[in-house]
Amino acid sequence: MQVEPLEFEKPIVELERQLADLKDRSAGQGVGAEKEIEKIEEKISKMKYEVYQGLTPWQRVQIARHTQRPFTLDYLDHCFDDFLELHGDRHIGDDDAMPAGFARLEGRRCVVVGHQKGRDTKENLLRNFGSAHPEGYRKALRVMRLADKFGKPIVTFIDTPGAYPGIGAEERNIAEAIAFNLREMMRIKVPIVAVVIGEGGSGGALGIGIADRVLMLENSYYSVISPEGCAAILWKDRKFAEDAATAMRLTARDLEGMGVIDEIIPEPLGGAHHDHIAVGRSVKAALIKHLAELREMDSDELMQKRYEKFRKFGEFRG
Amino acid sequence: MGIFKRRSIKSLGKKKRDMPEGLWHKCPDCGAIIHEADLQQHYHVCPKCNHHFPMVAQGRINMLVDPGSFEEMDAKLESVNPLEFKAYSEKIKAYQKKTGLKDAVVTGRAKILETPVVMGVMDFRFLGASMGSVVGEKVTRAIEAATADRCAVVLICASGGARMHEGILSLMQMAKTSAALARHHDAGLAYIGVLTHPTTGGVTASFAALGDVIMAEPKCMIGFAGPRVVKETTHQNLPPGFQTAEFMKKHGLVDMIVARGDLRDRLGSLVKYMEPAVV
Ligand SMILES: [Zn+2]
Repeated sequence: MQVEPLEFEKPIVELERQLADLKDRSAGQGVGAEKEIEKIEEKISKMKYEVYQGLTPWQRVQIARHTQRPFTLDYLDHCFDDFLELHGDRHIGDDDAMPAGFARLEGRRCVVVGHQKGRDTKENLLRNFGSAHPEGYRKALRVMRLADKFGKPIVTFIDTPGAYPGIGAEERNIAEAIAFNLREMMRIKVPIVAVVIGEGGSGGALGIGIADRVLMLENSYYSVISPEGCAAILWKDRKFAEDAATAMRLTARDLEGMGVIDEIIPEPLGGAHHDHIAVGRSVKAALIKHLAELREMDSDELMQKRYEKFRKFGEFRG
Repeated sequence: MGIFKRRSIKSLGKKKRDMPEGLWHKCPDCGAIIHEADLQQHYHVCPKCNHHFPMVAQGRINMLVDPGSFEEMDAKLESVNPLEFKAYSEKIKAYQKKTGLKDAVVTGRAKILETPVVMGVMDFRFLGASMGSVVGEKVTRAIEAATADRCAVVLICASGGARMHEGILSLMQMAKTSAALARHHDAGLAYIGVLTHPTTGGVTASFAALGDVIMAEPKCMIGFAGPRVVKETTHQNLPPGFQTAEFMKKHGLVDMIVARGDLRDRLGSLVKYMEPAVV
């Protein structure tokens, strides 16, 4: 797969193109171009280091939204032995923005739910750009309750710009669907691990985000509102999204610093989209590790700790 | 209609400063010109058309609880600007000065028609009653206190949503308050949510939507996304009455629409219905 460069990666891509040209032209001509090639290669690695070490929050948001980034179903492919998808909320309909079902992780049975985005227009029509309707949240809870019933752990993958702000979503009480999940996930007796794999967009992310462990991929973000939305309200102009992204402290490192997440899963240089297999391996290893730790607790301890985990969030005085 | 006659003017939410003679309000619905004293006497409801004006937290408390029964909790809790968000501390100070509140919710123990409850009242004047750490913590402590006291919790909701200035911590208040409600729920205790104008965003998507019984004031706006966002996203015309209390009742979120003057009686009888049986 040809990786589509982001705006800030274009100078690197340009140099790589020059390098490829030079290699082509000098092919079979002996030693002449070797020095030049070495120089460009050095320049590229230096530039990569500078760009990727110093990624700004806004650049990470761009990476988190990259359409070639691995999505929930990709992780189901790469980390799990199998996946049996279940459909429907039993009331209104199904929601393809939120696949859910049974899976096996290294032979152990579990339940997986997650937001699913599309790569192209056709897929996005089906997946609604990863913005779930109330049916998606209600289906997610229904399937998570099956895990609860059968004593199997739950893995959720968070990747949404937000719950869908549509007329039908409001009519069918999207806010209640999310709120109900927040309360009911707190009452589930089996281990839950949530992984923010791309966009952790507000209530729509949190709606499947109540977990015993919350992990984030290195370039994912998790935020109370999109940078554009924040900029539109507080800066009165969406153009200030970059400033809003910085001010809101939405990167994995920021959230780890605030104690909101438990672990950062590293990504390949430049982002997860550069190597699906490698990032899949890292996610799988992290899931196995955390689920093994959580298996050691009985359900009372698990639920008590889950309560305490979310109970402590907030800073105030007085 | 006798709904306005129960309580005297004195007990209602008066602004601290003296009202100058002849302070008039114009009703945004019917255009009636109403004197401040009249408005106060009518629970801030237009006597001509029943339009519900916004109400401050203290005024609502005075209107709803048995006189002298309110004991405020956590009155001193205030924000610390955890993200060092630009101009946020100044904003907080300015709203504190303007409203006399520390943040956007007032909580406490009280009695409604002699039944003990724990109560929280949001005040939209304070930064649009957005939920940050302080609102989330006070609401959570109120719910936890109700669980400990084995009594009902009543939350009078109004909010522009989560408070952006506190970033992810604001989002996590949704989880925190809902977690406290899970325990209160498991203890078999009643939670009544009263939605007032406007109740939106992260507050709707957490405690406001979780009531065993959900009441709403007439015509108040209730939603997750704001109507402008819905319109811009969908490029569709919004149906008539979209996101009003009446619309949300029709769509199954709201149990009952209660005019402000009836709220105290309705709350009083509901908390009695839902009191746990004595073992
Ligand atoms: Zn009027």
